[in-house]
Amino acid sequence: MKKEHDELINGYQDKLSPKVLDEIRDNVPADVTKERLTRIMEAVYAVYSQAKICPGECVGLVSAESIGEPGTQMVLRTFHFAGVAEMNVTMGLPRLIEIFDGRKLISTPTMEIYFKKQYGKPEQVRKFAVEIKETVMHEVISDSTLDLLEQTIKIKVNEVLIKDLDLSVADVAKLIKSKIKHFSVNIEGNEIELAYTGKTEEMKEIHSVKEKIKEIKVRGLKRIKQVLPVKRGEEYIILTSGSNLKDVLVLEGVDVTRTTSNDIHEIRNTLGIEAARRAIIDEACKVIGAQGLNIDLRHIMLVADTMCMSGAVKGITRYGIVSEKASVLARASFETPLRHLINAALIGEKDKLSSVVENVMVNQPVPLGTGLPGLVTKMK
Amino acid sequence: MGKTFNVEAHHLVPKHTKLSDAETKKLFEKYNITSKELPKILDTDPVIESLGAKAGDVIKVNRASETAGETVYYREVVDE
Repeated sequence: MKKEHDELINGYQDKLSPKVLDEIRDNVPADVTKERLTRIMEAVYAVYSQAKICPGECVGLVSAESIGEPGTQMVLRTFHFAGVAEMNVTMGLPRLIEIFDGRKLISTPTMEIYFKKQYGKPEQVRKFAVEIKETVMHEVISDSTLDLLEQTIKIKVNEVLIKDLDLSVADVAKLIKSKIKHFSVNIEGNEIELAYTGKTEEMKEIHSVKEKIKEIKVRGLKRIKQVLPVKRGEEYIILTSGSNLKDVLVLEGVDVTRTTSNDIHEIRNTLGIEAARRAIIDEACKVIGAQGLNIDLRHIMLVADTMCMSGAVKGITRYGIVSEKASVLARASFETPLRHLINAALIGEKDKLSSVVENVMVNQPVPLGTGLPGLVTKMK
Repeated sequence: MGKTFNVEAHHLVPKHTKLSDAETKKLFEKYNITSKELPKILDTDPVIESLGAKAGDVIKVNRASETAGETVYYREVVDE
């Protein structure tokens, strides 16, 4: 490629997108004359301009239809596979609704944890998996009895299980001691005996302590319920059920650049709104792709951009982006019309009839397409 | 927790840069807008915290895009 050709192509930087320019650079033969290249660029620019959306085009409506129609072909059920060594993940329509509604609590949060190269050996990954899995006390104790007369609680620790976790009975006892007050802790073999040392003789209290002990976190990170080391390509990664991106990303050995979660709100809180937008697009594409459907990416990008407009992730629900509409009538036409109208009446809200739905209601031309421009007469 | 990580290193996070006052003015003139029309980004956003931008600043985001190669997006920092 000659220098003057490069300059010619670069001159179109403001007019054409970088991807189009790259394509021209790759496909134009090296011995092309300057005149021909000029003609090529002009032709490309003409086609590109024609492909642009006109001002006033109702892109949202087109997106809604384009996502809605293939959506009717999706599976409605969440599949659960028995005995398969993969995680259950909500797919299909339920997942798509979950993403676009911007749910705070999703039904199957999962993470994919990647590792830096020097930490990626199978043994290291397996050890890491055991360490982050949330283990609570009742999983490692085999028996706990309550003696109300003596006011003692006896806890039998499952020694095989705690050995897997690299803990001793003494460690467990220490953990209990740090969490429970007014009890003395004694160790006998694999049994831990707790004796009440407080003054009141509340039976209820001892009962609640016994239950409280069962919920003590022995090891791991909150909400990580299951871990599954798997081989993907050449490296080992960990799939988890339950998500805790914030605590995982600060751990040593974790590849911060690639480790992700499928919880959009968590991504918003740990990585920011732009990452959340990207995650919405990725997750939606994953669902649509898995169903063998084909929706143009631009529609999903529009939805994701709209959801992330305000800096926080807002779902397409009456509590989310619909509640931000300026017009009362537009909000009322979506869901729960009475409530919106009554609230608007109480505070004396005005409707300027500046958008689509409210103008349909009052039978006026809508500000879309040819209805958008207004005529201004020049007064002399 | 005291430990932190580099938010901007993550592959989901595009490049954020703070616009100078002159650049902001130029942007508003180019599109004939005020800061009101811009999409928002909260000042509690992890990327904003690491950038050290304040409410009222305009942030330029260089997104990688499958359809256009790279696109530029602007957000205004607002108080939560």
